[in-house]
Amino acid sequence: MDFFKMFGKDNKQSKDVAKERLKLVLVHDRSDLSPKFLEMIEGDIIRVIKEYAEIDEEGLDIKLTRMKRETDNMPMSALVANIPIVKIKDNIE
Amino acid sequence: MGKAIVITSGKGGVGKTTATANIGTGLAVLGNKVVVVDTDIGLRNLDVVMGLENRIVYDIVDVVEKTCRLKQGLIRDKRYEGLFLLPAAQTKDKTAIKPEQMLELVNQLKEEFDYIIIDSPAGIEQGFQNSIAGADEAYIVTTPEIAAVRDADRVIGLLEANGINSPKLIINRIRQDMVKRGDMMNVEDIVDILAIELLGIVPDDEAIVISTNKGEPVVAEDNPLSAKAFKNICRRILGEEVDLLNLENDEGKFSKLIKLLFSK
Repeated sequence: MDFFKMFGKDNKQSKDVAKERLKLVLVHDRSDLSPKFLEMIEGDIIRVIKEYAEIDEEGLDIKLTRMKRETDNMPMSALVANIPIVKIKDNIE
Repeated sequence: MGKAIVITSGKGGVGKTTATANIGTGLAVLGNKVVVVDTDIGLRNLDVVMGLENRIVYDIVDVVEKTCRLKQGLIRDKRYEGLFLLPAAQTKDKTAIKPEQMLELVNQLKEEFDYIIIDSPAGIEQGFQNSIAGADEAYIVTTPEIAAVRDADRVIGLLEANGINSPKLIINRIRQDMVKRGDMMNVEDIVDILAIELLGIVPDDEAIVISTNKGEPVVAEDNPLSAKAFKNICRRILGEEVDLLNLENDEGKFSKLIKLLFSK
């Protein structure tokens, strides 16, 4: 069986395909509860951070995900924000 | 005061009822007073899996509506000391019981029993809401398939929204041969995605089909791997530290063939 696999173009294991698809669908499932809510948070975060730094608004990504808390491994929902900073403002008082 | 545990999954057909029957029986065998409760009104099944279908007189709706007393609704499993079943009604629908009534019932049962194991129906509608109404803890049953894991994730969210935190995971129907080939998600993959505590793993095992055919929960047997799996789960529920079951007993075809050749 492995002999045939060697000639296959795509040698990715099917469980990895499943895992990737699952992760993607869960990101949607977990966050589609309130896209409006996320949008509001996004707007507010941009506003606050802009006071301190110049950010790439296009590259900004905020999503809801579930992870384990580092201290005690308890599962929890987390808001993960990826905010590309272009330049920190230097005139902060 | 006993502990009420709901067995749920979101998706149907992943083994909730089998898990309920085996955990309930296993805990009773280990010396606990246990009642297994079927909340799948209209689609009752726990009775046949337990092999108690011929003994039903009253059901959960009769108890809730006080057509009979609680004691009359409970069916005693004569094979195992301390094991009882409260069957679902078959001719009514999920709306026959309200969550508040369920809560009251479970609280009543908690005075009598060490463990109340509640079998939840598939879905996330009223039947599900009823099944979790009185639960202190939840065990999520899933299988290594995309649809089952997705639904499990949804149910975890709903449980948390209903104040049942830290549900535990049972991964059922693992086929070690497929996992080895990389054609089935492994335990680590699933735990990684759902990010909840793992309570146990159960292999895909013919012995479960056979035991269900006979109406005798597999956990009461000695040899099948699935029986060991459920025994381990029960011991963990009782607070014991038990290593995860090694599913590698599953031999390759070649070694099976060799065994067959030399077994005569």
